[in-house]
Amino acid sequence: MKYVVYVSNYIIPFVMFYIILYGFLHKTDVYESFLKGVSDGIQTVIHITPTMIALFVSVGIVRDSGALEWICNIFEPAGRLMHIPTEIIPVFIVRVFSSSAAVSFVMDIFKNYGPDSKTGLIVSIMMSCTETIFYTITIYYMSIKIKKTRWTLPGALCATICGTIASIVIAGFLM
Amino acid sequence: MMVGGIVFAAVHGTMDSVTDSFLSSSTEAIKLCIYMLGVMGVWSGMMEIGIASGLMKQIEKALSPFIEWLFPDIAKEEKVKEYMSVNIAANILGLGWAATPAGLKTMEELQKINGKHMEKSSFQKNMLEKADSKRMASDTMCGFLVLNISSLQLIPINMVAYRAQYGSVDPAGIILPAMIATLVSTIAGILFIKLMTRRKHG
Repeated sequence: MKYVVYVSNYIIPFVMFYIILYGFLHKTDVYESFLKGVSDGIQTVIHITPTMIALFVSVGIVRDSGALEWICNIFEPAGRLMHIPTEIIPVFIVRVFSSSAAVSFVMDIFKNYGPDSKTGLIVSIMMSCTETIFYTITIYYMSIKIKKTRWTLPGALCATICGTIASIVIAGFLM
Repeated sequence: MMVGGIVFAAVHGTMDSVTDSFLSSSTEAIKLCIYMLGVMGVWSGMMEIGIASGLMKQIEKALSPFIEWLFPDIAKEEKVKEYMSVNIAANILGLGWAATPAGLKTMEELQKINGKHMEKSSFQKNMLEKADSKRMASDTMCGFLVLNISSLQLIPINMVAYRAQYGSVDPAGIILPAMIATLVSTIAGILFIKLMTRRKHG
């Protein structure tokens, strides 16, 4: 455990160090390139800011109006049929829209059942194996003004669902 | 979505929380953007050093067999491949903030070549598609996003930290299971990509 955290803490500084060292060794104007990249990056962020606001406000409204909870309730009986803990359904659905909201659901589960319970294990693995679909699709496509996303969403859902099923199965083995 | 949420609130009498939500989430979005200005700025700077020094080329060389196999359409597009490699490498290492600028750059480059690989059918249809092609995602874009969403991260350090915070006996115990689950979701994503692009490449 300690070892893993230790390594993780070192990844970012090490990568940065390596990039800069590599730059020096190859006689690159490191500082000049860095500045150019930073202004490039800032441009990108400014470019996606309106999208971010639209996305956050829509997700926020859907969440706080209670609509999300309502959707989750619809799926609950289906979950009970499949013998999966019903608590993980809201996590799964919310995760499609917003990562931070899903994390707060996960915290609740940890608080109520403990992180080492079966439900706790499932959500831990589930949260680790996929990204937020809606956020990624919106930010990436809006930044280049694509309207028709074709098979991106089905593909993303397919990957997410497979990951979720794997999480449930793996957690079943571990318990 | 917004309209749907507001209508729902009107029906269920939760209008007050919608008002709050509008204020808090717009602030949250700006907060995140300001945060992103810093973090993404630094990572873009790092990436630029990598481009100038040729480090990106190295990464690209290492990953290009995989990329070419997955996205044959861009086998000859060096620039796209470079950004995409950085995005994939950063994702594997769990550097989400470094992956995003590289990912956005990839999309930008993909947009430049969007429409280039479209199948040519009748002339008229071709003209129609051309006018619309910049609004429509290319195969590679779809695939690239599916790959990103399926997540390549090896060590889910955030979850480990949350588990530790809530008193787990073995917070890091999920690392191996998470790796397997990630592998499953990524393979599912790749299979999906291959299935969707199969017809075109025989």
